[in-house]
Amino acid sequence: MLEVKDLKVNYGAVQALDGISLTVNDGEIVSLIGANGAGKTTTLRTITGLEKAASGSIVFDGHDLRKTEPSKIINLKLAHVPEGRHIFPEMTVEENLEMGAYADPVGMSETMQDVYTRFPRLKERRRQLAGTLSGGEQQMLAVGRALMAKPKMILMDEPSMGLSPLLVQEIFDIIQEVNKQGITILLVEQNAQMALSISDRAYVLETGHITIQGKASDLLNDERVKKAYLGQ
Amino acid sequence: MTFSLFFQSIVNGLNLGATYALIALGYTMVYGIIRMINFAHGDFIMIGAYTLFYTVPLMVNNGMPAWLAVFAAIVVCAIVGVLVEIFAYRPVRKAGPMSALITALAMSIFLQNLAMVLFGARPHNVAAIFSLPSVTVAGVTISLNVVLTIAIGLAIMLGLQLFVKKTKLGKAMRAVPQDRDASTLMGINVNKIITVTFAIGSALAAVAALMYCTTYPRVTNNMGTTMGMKAFIAAVLGGIGVIPGAMLGGVLIGLIEVFVRLFAPGWYEAVTYGTLIVILLVKPSGILGRNTGEKV
Repeated sequence: MLEVKDLKVNYGAVQALDGISLTVNDGEIVSLIGANGAGKTTTLRTITGLEKAASGSIVFDGHDLRKTEPSKIINLKLAHVPEGRHIFPEMTVEENLEMGAYADPVGMSETMQDVYTRFPRLKERRRQLAGTLSGGEQQMLAVGRALMAKPKMILMDEPSMGLSPLLVQEIFDIIQEVNKQGITILLVEQNAQMALSISDRAYVLETGHITIQGKASDLLNDERVKKAYLGQ
Repeated sequence: MTFSLFFQSIVNGLNLGATYALIALGYTMVYGIIRMINFAHGDFIMIGAYTLFYTVPLMVNNGMPAWLAVFAAIVVCAIVGVLVEIFAYRPVRKAGPMSALITALAMSIFLQNLAMVLFGARPHNVAAIFSLPSVTVAGVTISLNVVLTIAIGLAIMLGLQLFVKKTKLGKAMRAVPQDRDASTLMGINVNKIITVTFAIGSALAAVAALMYCTTYPRVTNNMGTTMGMKAFIAAVLGGIGVIPGAMLGGVLIGLIEVFVRLFAPGWYEAVTYGTLIVILLVKPSGILGRNTGEKV
């Protein structure tokens, strides 16, 4: 479904990604783990066109994303829940959800009902300004907003960041539920243990290179991964 | 002060204030979306006023009502606004706020001098746009022209508020300044929204020109400087970037000017500009603005 080949990204003179390749198949949960500054967020931002690639290819569902206008990528049903949530703070919860359906408003009210069923908290707070929500609620809103686009695939960047352990569990449950409904997930996480435990496959990113890849269950038992990312 | 003088001043203040408010909206919408003060915005009023000067006689000679000329002014101002954004502001958008500010000041000087070359330095008189009578109610004489321009101003502000609250395009216009990356991810073409914002802001300047010329029917190439500066103060007073703030600030500055002129005619501009200093000292984010730490 998503195929990234030999992707290179530079920030000025600094090379952020030095030729990474990864594949996500239809229906999978794939995670991308690694330390701060390894290039995980850059990878996701380059896929959805928020950063420009220097070379390489990104193909989603047969479309060359490097040749696609960034604001048109959502039309291909590829959604992105960015790091730090990036909700619209001066809009109400409901308006944020409406913005999620901006590219494809057909059937918006039904999709919104589905999102409210999944996240009852958002329904309770639908008239509230999104900037006044707690961190966990904002994360739910960011996921809900992505679902409003009726995506085939969601890129999720650090969904557990800054959440309490209870909420971390909840957000990972939600990711699994969403995946069971047929939405493919590419997950970027610092919480490698949790990410690997729900993923089919995983890639380890170190300073712009992919160093380890394989089935998530194998990576959980890999000595290098255990030592560097699982604290064992 | 007699009641009739007080009431008349309220009407005059609302008239001037609604004009300022429409101009302030242009400043505030553009600032809201690209964090830049478009100092050439005042000159869009001049462009609107010159368009009225040329098109009002055209309308009248063809047996059409003079006010239809405002549509010509709206189109001309919107086109000029969009061209200025695309050719002058967009190339320097990533170069930082100082470059943008200097470009805007240069654009203002350019437009004023271009107008002088094209139309001459002598003031032109705009033919009467509305010719409604005055009425006397309870000893107060009020020009219906003024009442009409206030009504137009208020209707446009109300319409704009509904537009940004309810329509898809309006919501996109609110989303972009809040989070540009997230807006792109939602499918909003940010450049297109910026262009639309300039078009609407400039079109409002055309309506402001209509309101101004109804009361003071004189056009000069530098008429935008003072008007623009006062509307800018109104936008800052109300809270720059906040649409209802521009409306509130405009009406307040209009009322302040009219009432100060009543008691101390020589002082009214000093008080207007003093208001800016006081606001920047006391509440730099403006009356309705939220404190973000970032300032003009």
